[in-house]
Amino acid sequence: MSISIRVDGVELSGRDGQTIAGVLLGNGQRTWRDAHDGRRGIFCGIGVCQDCVLTVNGVEGVRACQRTAVDGDVIEREGRA
Amino acid sequence: MNRVVVIGAGPAGLAAAASAATAGADVVLVDEGERVGGQFWRHHPDLTDPRLQHQLGRFGRLRESLSTVRMVSSASVWRVEVDPLRVHVLVGPADATGRAAETLTADSVVVATGAHDRVLPVPGWTLPGVTSAGAIQALAKRDALAPGESTVVAGAGPFLLPVAQSVALQGGRVAEVVEAVGFGAILRGWGTKAWQLTAAAGKAGELSGYVASLARHRTPYRFGSAVTRIHGTDAVEAVTVQRIDTQWRPIAGTERTVECDSVGLGHGFTPRLETAIQFGCAISPDRFVTVDAEQRTTVPGVFAAGEITGIGGADAALAEGEIAGLAAAGAASDDPRLKGAAAVRRRMHAFAARLEVHGIRAGWTAWLDDDTIICRCESVRRNVIDEYVATSSRGMRLATRAGLGACQGRTCGRSVDDITGAAGSTVGAGFEHRPVLSSVRIGELAGLSNGAGTLDTEPSGGN
Repeated sequence: MSISIRVDGVELSGRDGQTIAGVLLGNGQRTWRDAHDGRRGIFCGIGVCQDCVLTVNGVEGVRACQRTAVDGDVIEREGRA
Repeated sequence: MNRVVVIGAGPAGLAAAASAATAGADVVLVDEGERVGGQFWRHHPDLTDPRLQHQLGRFGRLRESLSTVRMVSSASVWRVEVDPLRVHVLVGPADATGRAAETLTADSVVVATGAHDRVLPVPGWTLPGVTSAGAIQALAKRDALAPGESTVVAGAGPFLLPVAQSVALQGGRVAEVVEAVGFGAILRGWGTKAWQLTAAAGKAGELSGYVASLARHRTPYRFGSAVTRIHGTDAVEAVTVQRIDTQWRPIAGTERTVECDSVGLGHGFTPRLETAIQFGCAISPDRFVTVDAEQRTTVPGVFAAGEITGIGGADAALAEGEIAGLAAAGAASDDPRLKGAAAVRRRMHAFAARLEVHGIRAGWTAWLDDDTIICRCESVRRNVIDEYVATSSRGMRLATRAGLGACQGRTCGRSVDDITGAAGSTVGAGFEHRPVLSSVRIGELAGLSNGAGTLDTEPSGGN
């Protein structure tokens, strides 16, 4: 079964059960927030590094590698420069 | 009846919960994941390729033996207390607001919080496309993905092998595997006391499977080398692979460029000690939880098992967990059920001692540039850390902010210690002392103090 999430206004489809990070990577998107030094993406994959945070349904600072994507999720990228 | 709370549902925690329940204890198993299994048995029933999993039979038997155990999944342990033993959790989707709070009281606690990758910084390592080696495993098992089209897997130790295999099984190409230790040193390190290896024959079979997989995919495996630079503008485009000496210092003139779009870095593992440190457990000079023959820590009622007591792999963790669970449930030290697990633990510890040949050597800092980022959260560069090298760990953190970001030094702490030469300093004085167990939103804390949960009104004093 597939699901669909909206990332900065763009619809992305993923497999049911994937994390938000998984849906992004599965769609070839690897850069999803800004830091002081440039773009960042997923790093540790297990919730330790906090590098992959996104805003999910209005809640800031959600680790994309820890949150299972739910059909209809609205995701925004974050800038922490 | 003994009330046992087990923290962490990887191999050690699962084994502890199962054996404590078998011994008649009332057991609660808490874990941050949505499903039990930890990082080793990280899985999704619809997504995980079974070829990525090991010892699934053991996993299945453990899960079946948990029928009387209360499982609390998606649970963040954010605070623990001794006297009385209490474990505070927030339950709900990761990083959500308004998670449900619960306090678990216990007669004994088994801490089985595991380990995460140690990744050494390298110029360019913050570029998207660079992940920990463990992230590659997590993405393969949990999300059925390869990290990119072409991946370089680099670091040290046998864990690089299953990581490379995962990339290939998910349809990615492994451009190279780069191992820091020379082939001769590995042969000498692993070949001594060969009779001990026969006791871990399962490991030999696993190893030959990986080697066959590498051969089938014609994957180059470079020894005595490191990725010393990662290139790219907005994401990874290539890496520099360079020979290193026995102290891991780069050898000038040996640089090669390898094109790739992903890099998986893993230089061993570092234990997740936060919970044990907050309990007040003694930590050894080599930074593991000190335990006795029954996996008791120095704090009465608190036991520890698995990678937080020494990096030994899943078999050692299973054996330690079994012992910890029995002891936590009140089994006597001469209980015959402890014997089998103790024998496995002894064999696997002898096996794990060989991992020392892959241990990080001090010369790695020579591949850093002055402006290489060391602390990713706060973007603190090497030259800023050098400036405060003579100050206390606390002073350095306050001046540079290294280790004070969202991850609380979990990613950079030991690297900063290596750079400042504090790696052998007093345990608990520096980056190791990080009582923040997990991220909690201010609103959630405020909700707890308003009576929605069970936050104490008295100052705890102990943290």
